[in-house]
Amino acid sequence: MLLNGKAFKFGNDINTDYIISGKYKFKTLDMKELARHVMEDLDPHFYEKISEGDMIVAGSNFGCGSSREQAPLAIIYAGVGCVLASSFARIFYRNAINTGLPVIECDTSKIEEGDLLQVNLEKGIVLNKSKNREIPITPLPQVMLKILSDGGLIKHFQKYGDFKFD
Amino acid sequence: MGKTMAEKIFSQHSGEDARAGDLVIARLDFIMGQDGTAPLAINSFNEMGGEKVFDPSRVAFVIDHSAPSPNEGVSSLHKLMREFALKQGILLYDIGHGVCHQLIPEQGHVLPGDLVIGADSHTCTYGALNVFSTGVGSTDLAAGIISGKLWFKVPETIKFLCKGVLPPGVLSKDLILYLIGDIGADGATYLAAEYCGEAISAMDVEERFTIANMAIEMGAKAGLMEFDEKVNKWVAGRAKRPLRPVFADPDAKYVEIRQYDVSQLEPQIACPHTVDNVSPVGQVEGLPIQQAVIGTCTNGRINDLKIAARILAGKKISPGVRLIVAPSSRQVFLEAMNEGIIQILVEAGAAIVTPGCGPCVGTHNGVPSDGEVVLSTANRNFKGRMGNSRASIYLASPATVAASAVAGRIADPRPFFL
Ligand code: SF4
Repeated sequence: MLLNGKAFKFGNDINTDYIISGKYKFKTLDMKELARHVMEDLDPHFYEKISEGDMIVAGSNFGCGSSREQAPLAIIYAGVGCVLASSFARIFYRNAINTGLPVIECDTSKIEEGDLLQVNLEKGIVLNKSKNREIPITPLPQVMLKILSDGGLIKHFQKYGDFKFD
Repeated sequence: MGKTMAEKIFSQHSGEDARAGDLVIARLDFIMGQDGTAPLAINSFNEMGGEKVFDPSRVAFVIDHSAPSPNEGVSSLHKLMREFALKQGILLYDIGHGVCHQLIPEQGHVLPGDLVIGADSHTCTYGALNVFSTGVGSTDLAAGIISGKLWFKVPETIKFLCKGVLPPGVLSKDLILYLIGDIGADGATYLAAEYCGEAISAMDVEERFTIANMAIEMGAKAGLMEFDEKVNKWVAGRAKRPLRPVFADPDAKYVEIRQYDVSQLEPQIACPHTVDNVSPVGQVEGLPIQQAVIGTCTNGRINDLKIAARILAGKKISPGVRLIVAPSSRQVFLEAMNEGIIQILVEAGAAIVTPGCGPCVGTHNGVPSDGEVVLSTANRNFKGRMGNSRASIYLASPATVAASAVAGRIADPRPFFL
């Protein structure tokens, strides 16, 4: 999987309430509507600024807080291609893979706002095209790659009715 | 190289030589959902094309978070769960049965060596029985109940070696609060924790649940304990399947081994608004409280109620304090009635609520008012946790909560244990 997009930078400890505020989360199950408010408290114009495939780049402990799956779903429906962070909160990480959002752990300190990035999930490389620099990532295990390429665990099950990884 | 408890359980359940960092598909022994999470999982189940639950005897839904239902919205979600349970033939513990994390072990559904998931972050509680159990989201829950399996990254393990003997009036809750304060709220993220040493061995199983319950409060994926004669006795008579306990190898690899001597430990309090904001009781002693809560999946067990009764016997709670007691299960409630504990608590002025989560998560049963101070035996004190973000929540042991309810202010319980 090769992903291309522009970097939008955020800090450490971005919790699920920053990703999608509770005041919307409980109001609707319409993910397209939720997506309009993604990251709103940190950057009120985030949704309008991004183009399909752009990337969220953050520091440590991204996605801490509640275990609700609306957080990765709102990011996906907003058109974000993947999230890069120096670390993720555990349940968010699982939920992201299961909902089909690529999550990449790497050193994000050298990436700046607006940098053009290319992520190669199989090879485990992030290419910062603006800086002409490669950042290594741990290649995603086969199981995660398969779930991601199927578009998440729900679609994986729709297709196979079970876990299937050959 | 030897293996940790987590590596052994994942090896047994995946059929592979599982090591920390490996990704495995593992077989699940038991799966639990509660009324805050199961409704979403039912949606995912349907979306995935699920028709039948893989094994109805290994899946339970518990209606405990808002039970009995406080409004129509919740009622319709409860109804959805009841209909799904009936259709699929899975276990349903309806209102009044108790909190999921008390019921599931109490009813013998989880046993030493098991791999268990629950759509609730405190599913780690069963680690006290030598079970690898962890909280998941609703898609995971749905995949689990369709296939009986789930993908896992085998975690590395951090070990907490607790030596010495806890002083009188200092309980397992004080120890886990201390450990969380020491390592921090994200100190064990991604990791499995192993809690061992003579201080843990000396505890009975009920006290151990309190520690495993709060493993998530240090970010851990699971909180495991050793299998011993006490665990063996506790599960005997409840178990409907054979036990397969695991033991960590002496040469197992740990990311860290932290050593503690508990013999000088004082009663601990977690102050607002994070669980790792912990101080010895002396530092907040004297702070007036308006509400005291004894219950939840952390400290609503029979031994907790006994400790409260010991302090409250023949006394009255301070005027201006409300004391809410939620027995953690119907069985606990009955036992407390038979032993006269409920009588003592009610005479002292306690309001008893239905076995279940009680006021823990702010849906009902005692939402505090603006500016009020609550002292609770629960596991979380986040802003707004009990339904009002302008209230302050302090966390402590049942002894500290009972002693404080009598005093009307935060009090050291140790004088009651002389
Ligand atoms: S008692 Fe509180 S922490 Fe425990 S399961 Fe219920 S809401 Fe969650």
